[in-house]
Amino acid sequence: MNRTDPAHGAPDPLAGEPTDELTTELAGELAGELAGELAGLAADAPPSLLDRIAARRVHVAGPLEGLQVAFTDHGVAYLRAGMDDEEFAASFRARFARPLLPASRPPAGLVPALRGGRLGGLRLDLRGLSDFEAAVLRAAARIPRGQTRPYAWVARAAGRPRAVRAVGSALGRNPVPLLIPCHRVTRSDGTLGDYVFGAAAKERLLRAENVDVEEVVDLARRGVRLVGSDTTGVVCYPTCGDARRITPGHRRGFRDLAAARAAGYRPCLHCRPGDATPT
Amino acid sequence: MTVTDEALDHARPGADRGTDPAGARVAAALARDLDTGFEALYEAYRGAVFSTALRLCGRWAEAEDLSAEAFLRAYRALCGYGPERIAELRPRAWLLTILTNVWRNSLRTAARRPPPGPLEDAPDPPDPGEEVEDTATRHETGRELAGLLAELPHAQRAAVVLRHVTDLPVAEIATVLSLPEGTVKSHISRGLARLRALRTEQRTEQHTEQHIEQRTEQRTERRTTPLRPDPGADPGSGRFDQRGGTR
Repeated sequence: MNRTDPAHGAPDPLAGEPTDELTTELAGELAGELAGELAGLAADAPPSLLDRIAARRVHVAGPLEGLQVAFTDHGVAYLRAGMDDEEFAASFRARFARPLLPASRPPAGLVPALRGGRLGGLRLDLRGLSDFEAAVLRAAARIPRGQTRPYAWVARAAGRPRAVRAVGSALGRNPVPLLIPCHRVTRSDGTLGDYVFGAAAKERLLRAENVDVEEVVDLARRGVRLVGSDTTGVVCYPTCGDARRITPGHRRGFRDLAAARAAGYRPCLHCRPGDATPT
Repeated sequence: MTVTDEALDHARPGADRGTDPAGARVAAALARDLDTGFEALYEAYRGAVFSTALRLCGRWAEAEDLSAEAFLRAYRALCGYGPERIAELRPRAWLLTILTNVWRNSLRTAARRPPPGPLEDAPDPPDPGEEVEDTATRHETGRELAGLLAELPHAQRAAVVLRHVTDLPVAEIATVLSLPEGTVKSHISRGLARLRALRTEQRTEQHTEQHIEQRTEQRTERRTTPLRPDPGADPGSGRFDQRGGTR
């Protein structure tokens, strides 16, 4: 199709003139020949074409009530909780402007991903997002089940350490909460912070993942952001698996990484605590 | 996009000369619910849209792209239409208008690309993979004809494809292409005439090539004999002498 046609765009000398005589004559002559063959050139659309255009919707069980999911041939694109069918369709249309048709079953891997809190092989369709938003979501996706990280950590992991507020907006626009676990991102002062489905749902989800919410809140109130072990000299976020193994007698709390470093501690290689960015 | 608006203006009832048997049903379904209506729209016209796209652009993968984009644009336009506007829609003409505009845009984009290297400048060879998938092109003649469609000027190709592949009445093609019916008829008849001429040309060439091959074999045989070469031994093979005689 790269060839340009010299006749294209030029005024047609016969345009508008009645050519019925010619048409009739040719039609008669060619009826059995060209026209018939041209009709044979019709082809049905391949079955996969509709899936390139429309998304599918399905109700699914998970850690929150009333979950609905929309997915395309690229993966899961949208997840919402507590909406009725019309609300979900309207909300999906406003955001994606794509037809939404019913699906007979959820995409493979969705139910285990919701149950286990990790994606496994489940694909996500993040095409509608900016590069930064996608980077933020990919960073948030690396937070293990049962742990939390502050916005500043996500900003660092997304390659924009100073864009902490923008990280908050990007997570607020997360099209696939639960699958991208933005409920595991907390405020940099250690409190739980807000959530797409409300702060109460966030706390419920974290409790269901065995996060010791009382301890997290208590540490935040006392200004403790990091916890270190005086036997290993390693300092972690309080919900890091390594931090939770420290016996109470050897736990040391720190205000920030600078204070921990000053005391001779080094940051954990698993949860990678960073220098606090003032917000 | 304005394209769909224009199409709608043409596609008002009253110009109801075309035959779009599913049209009223699809428009009613769309007016009821955009998503279930879209499914009806897709089921009714996927063949028309895909066939048209395939024969306009000539390539299977590109036809899928064009069709998907046309349907998506149609849905997005519908999102902005009120119920009355949807109810009086003539879906087939409207949808094919969007498709031909998507196709024209793709041609413009292709033309704006940096020029291909000298080797790529030659016309594309037929794509064997595409033909395998193309179940509708069962016969050698069909395959040949599909290739010849690419030789037509765009306006003629669009008119011929819509008339004879998509099977639209002339009045509906006039709506789709925003042209007077007389111009559409002219494009169709001239397009068909050109197709026939191209086919005759192609068959003559094939015939001549076979002829040349036979002649070359004969000549090679002759050269193996110890006789001196006789350039005048091929009466009436002037074309052969021009093209292959220096070997």
